[in-house]
Amino acid sequence: MLTISSELVDSIVAHARADHPDEACGVVAGPTGSDRPERYIPMLNAARSPTFYEFDSMDLLRLYREMDARDEEPVVIYHSHTATEAYPSRTDISYASEPNAHYVVVSTRETGQAEGPFEFRSFRIKDGVVTEEEVRVLAR
Amino acid sequence: MSIEVRIPTILRTYTGEAKTIEGDGPTLDALIADLETRHRGLRERLVDGDALRRFVNVYLNDEDVRFLDGLATPLSDGDVVTVLPAVAGGAPRAVPGTA
Repeated sequence: MLTISSELVDSIVAHARADHPDEACGVVAGPTGSDRPERYIPMLNAARSPTFYEFDSMDLLRLYREMDARDEEPVVIYHSHTATEAYPSRTDISYASEPNAHYVVVSTRETGQAEGPFEFRSFRIKDGVVTEEEVRVLAR
Repeated sequence: MSIEVRIPTILRTYTGEAKTIEGDGPTLDALIADLETRHRGLRERLVDGDALRRFVNVYLNDEDVRFLDGLATPLSDGDVVTVLPAVAGGAPRAVPGTA
């Protein structure tokens, strides 16, 4: 189960809308071993594509060094799908490389950049196996 | 010569869960061959044929080795090599019949 504040959900969805029709991506870091997503870190999608995302390699190095210095890990790794459902694709699964992270997929296929319905789902991806999990949103 | 190599979580099955391992070699390619002698299977995760895998990032100190000489990048004593799998993915292609 992913437990996440409504503020963080809002931030992630806002990011997905802002970058639509390109896929948005980022991380929510939290204290190592806590499983608590706390610090929202939107990332540049170096692929700038409606069907692919990738963190720029130098951004990635800076991110991991910063998390290491702060004793954090990536609790949530999120990205958006802009024309398809909020479910991990085959490429999402094959490139998932953080076994302890919650992989959040948001879909902006219904409303694009505007307000309105969106999909926000969370998954564990480990050894090529996807398991959807419940999302518990903590109210303000 | 001693090179410190930082290993990401997903590759620690090859290092007995160690986050950092030591190795030696005049180039990145030689270093990886050296690491393979003590951590069998690690090379295959980093290298495909004669090049570094596309979705594995390898850094020499503060630089991505793609912008240096890739596997041929020369190393010096005290260098730190960091490995980070790419964070990437993509939506299914909207082509009928494919995933």
